[in-house]
Amino acid sequence: MASETLSIRTSDDVVRVRQAVRSVAVKIGLTLVDQTKVITAASEIARNTLEYGGGGSVVVETVTNGARAGLRLVFEDRGPGIPDVERALVDGYTTGNGLGLGLSGARRLCNEFDIWSQPGAGTRVTLTKWKG
Amino acid sequence: MDRIPILKFGELLLVTIQVDMHDRLVMALQEDLTERIVSNRARGVLIDISALEIVDSFIGRMLGNIAGMARMLDAQTVVVGMQPAVAITLVELGLSLTGVRTALNVERGMRLLRPAAAEQ
Amino acid sequence: MNAPVRSRLPEILRGRESAILSEWVRLQIETDGRRRVSPDSIRQQSRELLAAICDAVRHDTSGVITTPEWAAARGVVDRLTHSTLSEGASASEVAMFVFSLKQPIFAELRREYAGDAQLLADETWFANTAVDRLGLYATEVYQKARNEIIMRQQAEMLELSTPVVQLWQGILALPLIGTLDSARTQVVMENLLAALVRENAEIAIIDITGVPTVDTLVAQHLLKTVAAARLMGAECIISGIRPQIAQTIIHLGVDLANVITKATLADAFSVALRRAGATITRAGAQPHAVTA
Repeated sequence: MASETLSIRTSDDVVRVRQAVRSVAVKIGLTLVDQTKVITAASEIARNTLEYGGGGSVVVETVTNGARAGLRLVFEDRGPGIPDVERALVDGYTTGNGLGLGLSGARRLCNEFDIWSQPGAGTRVTLTKWKG
Repeated sequence: MDRIPILKFGELLLVTIQVDMHDRLVMALQEDLTERIVSNRARGVLIDISALEIVDSFIGRMLGNIAGMARMLDAQTVVVGMQPAVAITLVELGLSLTGVRTALNVERGMRLLRPAAAEQ
Repeated sequence: MNAPVRSRLPEILRGRESAILSEWVRLQIETDGRRRVSPDSIRQQSRELLAAICDAVRHDTSGVITTPEWAAARGVVDRLTHSTLSEGASASEVAMFVFSLKQPIFAELRREYAGDAQLLADETWFANTAVDRLGLYATEVYQKARNEIIMRQQAEMLELSTPVVQLWQGILALPLIGTLDSARTQVVMENLLAALVRENAEIAIIDITGVPTVDTLVAQHLLKTVAAARLMGAECIISGIRPQIAQTIIHLGVDLANVITKATLADAFSVALRRAGATITRAGAQPHAVTA
């Protein structure tokens, strides 16, 4: 189970996160479409971490559930947190600049999605993509 | 800092995006294009994304912005060469790219823009 | 089941190997009704397996065939099973081949232990167990190999059953036949989108005349395909929607407002041609059949 931590402090870091996720996705043998989905999801959440979380970090790790290999991303920030997570998820993508951007999309792109957020404390988003 | 090159092709401007863009590059491209549409009196903008393996909502917004700004300056925009995996992902993401015309490749994109360029 | 304390099966097998082999081969040829395998092949296969078993028993008298000492014997069974499988043998045939070894071995044991009923019983039981396990192992190998072949064939059929056809320059057709499940529809979707790029086609007709039922997942996949194609700069027309399917789609609440649908592939083709800027005129009065 390999794992790598990247800090997300600048927009260049968002690019670096994409590259790191691609590298692991290729290594565990995800299909091209699945690679694209998980890298795009990572890009969305990384950007959220940067723009709304005030910066943070992501842990990129390979996981297994016995039968299959997978990729897990844990994004964390100590930002203002999301007051109404449910609503942020339901609102989905809008062409505005709302916080719901990317969250529901990222959820649809991955197999497993988990979000913890506490106003004043921060936010943690966990994405998992399984192979096959 | 590197900037994405913009080529002039008659009354069209041609942009080929081949790198994983960071934010500064995106902003620079939007500025450069707007400026060039005016200075070249361009009637059409062709953006080739056939080398882009990832289009997230940020890039999607960029494309929408470019199309919107071009329209205000009386130019049409066509985005060409979207990869199938990218298209599938954008649908799942819920990004519809409204206001952005698309074509399969540069040749078809040019055909779409030709009437606009032909108008005097 | 362990061999008796002083099991002499290893020595017996080693000393009487060729006699056992001749007897085993003779029995097989005698009882072989189908004559699928030549006597030479029978001799060759039997010699291989018996040699491997003799060797295994020499090093391991536990009778448990999953140990490393039995690896060579298992390997022989693997190879033989795979080759007979490809020749069309059944699982029983393969197992019977292994089981038939018992008779000549028991005959030798009876000869050896004529005076000692207890020892004969013990040794016979040991030999019986080992051969049984090997025979069962053969059937497992057979099943596994069969499953792999079936899966490979299914994958090939999936490839074949979703062909993308070019109806006209720039117009593709995807006639879907049979039931669509989520996995298959995804493959179909990806193939179609790739074909649009490859064939430089702006219009794709997805014909579902041959699809008996459509559920929510499949309907959603179809819609996603249409949306993805549109993002790429191509249009999809869905044709062959039968009344039942139309009803199902309405009841499922799936919104087809943004999708062009036609009842028949012919209608769809007609629309596609018009969009592609082509017209068809009848030959006879006009010499040109098609202008584009």
